[in-house]
Amino acid sequence: MSETQPKVFDNVPSPFCGIASDDLKITVEGLDVRVVANADTVTRPGFEQPITDTVPRIAGQPATLEQAVARAASLVNDAHLPVFSGFGTDVNETRAALSLIDRCRGVFDQARSGAGLRNLLVLSDSGWMTTTLAEVKNRVDVLVVFGADLEAAFPRFFERFIWVEETLFGAGTGQREIIFIGSAPPPSSAATSPDGREPTLIPCVTEALPQVAAALSALAGGQYLQAASVGGVAVAALQAVVDRLKAASYGVITWAAGQLDFDHAELTVQQLCKAVVALNRATRCAGLPLGGQDGDRTASQVAAWISGYPTRVSYARGFPEYDPFHNDAGKLLSSGEADVLVWVSSLSVTPPPVSGVPTVVIGRSGMCFEREPEVFIPVGVPGIDFAGHMYRCDNVVALPLYQLRESDLPRAADVLKAIERALGGS
Amino acid sequence: MLTKLTGGKVYDPAHGINGEVRDIYVRDGRIVAHHQADGVRPDQEFDCRGKVIMAGAIDMHTHIGGGKVTIARNLLPEDHRNDPVARSGPMRAGTGFAAPSTLTAGYRYAEMGYTAGFEPAVLPINARQAHMEMADTPMLDVGGYAMLGSDDFFLRLIASGAEQEIINDYVAWTIHSSQCIGIKVVNPGGISAFKFNQRKLDLDEDHCYYQVTPRKILQSLARAVHELGVPHPLHVHGCNLGVPGNLDTTLNTITGIEGLPMHLTHIQFHSYGTEGDRKFSSGAAQIAEAINRNPNITADVGQILFGQTVTASGDSMMQFANHAHAHPHKWVCMDIECDAGCGVVPFKYKDQNFVNALQWCIGLEIFLLVEDPWRIFLTTDHPNGAPFTTYPHLIRLLMDKSFRNDVLSTINADSAALSTLASIGREYSLYEIAIMTRAGAARILGLHDRGHLGAGAAADITVYTEQDDKEAMFTTPDYVFKDGELVVKNGEVIKVVWGNLHTIRPEFDRASIESRLKPYFDRYHTLKMDNFIIRDWEIEDDGRSKIMVHPCRGQA
Ligand SMILES: [Zn+2]
Ligand SMILES: [Zn+2]
Repeated sequence: MSETQPKVFDNVPSPFCGIASDDLKITVEGLDVRVVANADTVTRPGFEQPITDTVPRIAGQPATLEQAVARAASLVNDAHLPVFSGFGTDVNETRAALSLIDRCRGVFDQARSGAGLRNLLVLSDSGWMTTTLAEVKNRVDVLVVFGADLEAAFPRFFERFIWVEETLFGAGTGQREIIFIGSAPPPSSAATSPDGREPTLIPCVTEALPQVAAALSALAGGQYLQAASVGGVAVAALQAVVDRLKAASYGVITWAAGQLDFDHAELTVQQLCKAVVALNRATRCAGLPLGGQDGDRTASQVAAWISGYPTRVSYARGFPEYDPFHNDAGKLLSSGEADVLVWVSSLSVTPPPVSGVPTVVIGRSGMCFEREPEVFIPVGVPGIDFAGHMYRCDNVVALPLYQLRESDLPRAADVLKAIERALGGS
Repeated sequence: MLTKLTGGKVYDPAHGINGEVRDIYVRDGRIVAHHQADGVRPDQEFDCRGKVIMAGAIDMHTHIGGGKVTIARNLLPEDHRNDPVARSGPMRAGTGFAAPSTLTAGYRYAEMGYTAGFEPAVLPINARQAHMEMADTPMLDVGGYAMLGSDDFFLRLIASGAEQEIINDYVAWTIHSSQCIGIKVVNPGGISAFKFNQRKLDLDEDHCYYQVTPRKILQSLARAVHELGVPHPLHVHGCNLGVPGNLDTTLNTITGIEGLPMHLTHIQFHSYGTEGDRKFSSGAAQIAEAINRNPNITADVGQILFGQTVTASGDSMMQFANHAHAHPHKWVCMDIECDAGCGVVPFKYKDQNFVNALQWCIGLEIFLLVEDPWRIFLTTDHPNGAPFTTYPHLIRLLMDKSFRNDVLSTINADSAALSTLASIGREYSLYEIAIMTRAGAARILGLHDRGHLGAGAAADITVYTEQDDKEAMFTTPDYVFKDGELVVKNGEVIKVVWGNLHTIRPEFDRASIESRLKPYFDRYHTLKMDNFIIRDWEIEDDGRSKIMVHPCRGQA
């Protein structure tokens, strides 16, 4: 076999999208990775991002890994409050980060926690009834997409879970109804059924989504609304959605918290969840919170079992404390409370926010900076350069990630462990 | 290195040793026979005179890992906020209480003398998470029971009248793929039925879509487990959990299994009658009698103890039915991946509440009326009946009649009056506690080298100072050894170790069952069969957990 023969991998799981497609076909030639089947606009750049930097830097100057680790350790050690963010990471990397954070009394906060909290705050305030992707694939007869452009974040959602060839329970997918509340799906949307049925659209501006969610919840709970319209949407149209869900065997209401980008969006999510619970008095209905790009769910899950809290955890007083508002990395940096930022991101090349404090980046090779960090350690990618584990958006299915190529890039987990070792005993 | 534990009173029921004073020798993590240690000067010696020595305790049913535990963690930040645990000595920081963080759970178990815990509700689709959480639970050996019985692949097999051999292959494949040590069934068929909007499923009622009954499901799974030679009997969370009158369902479940081995879990929740003004009464006497009469039946109790906890169960149907009782009022139900489901409902058991107080009595009655301690196990179904940290209190209730009656006199008077508890004189002995929490648990799981102190056993050993107050005694062991290493001293972790994963690998026809499963995954699932199977590297590669494979009956 010649040196240049590409290696071919089938059924490769993607750590980059929250629905974790695991049917990708990938070829690897040297360090060059290509998705050759079932690629989409999220997975292709995720896998194909080329390796650029391979050498660590201290203040922009090339350094050995040992030197970079030592410099990072001394910054963390001298910090009053080091804050750790980023967390496009896999399970082992998150474990290693939490161990270091515990050791150095830091704060843990993912870059995407703001979106995740729109769901987590609902979970801890009232709970919810939810479902997972295979249940949707096999059971859903009415899908309400609330305030989301699903395909922007999950391009293959409709192909993989809605317009499938067959389902477990015999019913064809031809009868499935899709209702969008919010903006119209893009013209190229796969929300239109293969036989050309357009989804139902209830147009609604973003600002009106909270009111419309509240109205839906009231109607689902059997309340009568005197108003004829809410947030510019006819109550009759919302009543029709509720009636359709009541008549459904397995309705699903889905949203992408990352796209509900307005203040107190958790209250909107909560109304949707209340509607779901009300509908379950007589029929079955479930919520489907979509999210989890770039390992966001993974970091949250690991933090929940290791610290007891899913995000924004501070170990500053020697034990984990959860404060979803105060322990916001952005806030801690801008207020000056945090004095070192450690940015851990092996999945995504998104750089850290520019801040006034010394920054350590343990980041995917290919990351570019607006301002050169004090320490940059380029690392490999779980699911490309080495094996690992990641969570899908439903927080249930964890997928194995496999090594596809041989690079000399270190693993973020090993870098984090080395920094912890350099800090010495407890 | 040779370690000697000198002069302790040894309780080792697997060898019939009942409080005899003996020396115990440990070398390379194993207990060695006296003749192998004779004449060798021990490298270290522990003076155990006046102390009680038992094998490390084994919790055979405790929810320590997996999706629903982490849902409980996320549902109840206040549960943790009230019990922060600072980093201390070799121990990392964490949080207690009803659904503690994994690290804290491991330390606290060890500090009570436990060296193993088994997660009873591993959804195969979520098994990876269960293993990752158990891997992050230090100090303990772990294992899991894979949940079947509401998964669509199995229900389709049953509904189509598939031969037992195919069922057996599927059950074995599931045990292998999810790296488990047994099979559990939860509300047989009911979790699936709930997805079809069926709200109740009795033992002989048809699943509205598949037209199969829980009785049939139980029989086919129990037979599969038996025929595969799986040491642990089918682990059954029966129909109608918590429903007054479910006593009859449980009795029918026992007769319906037709003599096959079966373990009835948290049986307290399935032992309710409908007598009295409030149509809620104890069925403990009938249940205990049925267990006594049927040697194929084992049970763990699932004792409730008063206070705040959280119930986390695969039984989405019954958890949904009970959600109005949530305290605080918030709860989660999930349908999961055509595999199973879950329900998480926080709960506060109150001693002045008639039902809760009677539940407390019913559990204790069952403990005291089942005659054979080898067939009944000490559990609270952590955290469903109470957090595992209540075990020393529960042991005292069982060992100390006057303490028990003192507590009885403080609970709801109507419940106390209806219970026969006051008239039961039995007090468990240390020997019987050692059976329930060590020897019996190891035997029912097929762990040949755990739960006893014979030569060749893993040196998981707990040393207590004998005290009249058994709660104090079992709260703070003097020493705990894990695989021969001293890890706890005076009730405090002094060394952090990582346990083993106990599994079995029954023989089966992989090619045959995978020829059905692979296309099933491709057509209906959202991941590929190859990505569903948990490989050994996923457990062992980070260098902490080691997989221990125990033989099935008929395997060398
Ligand atoms: Zn159960
Ligand atoms: Zn249980």
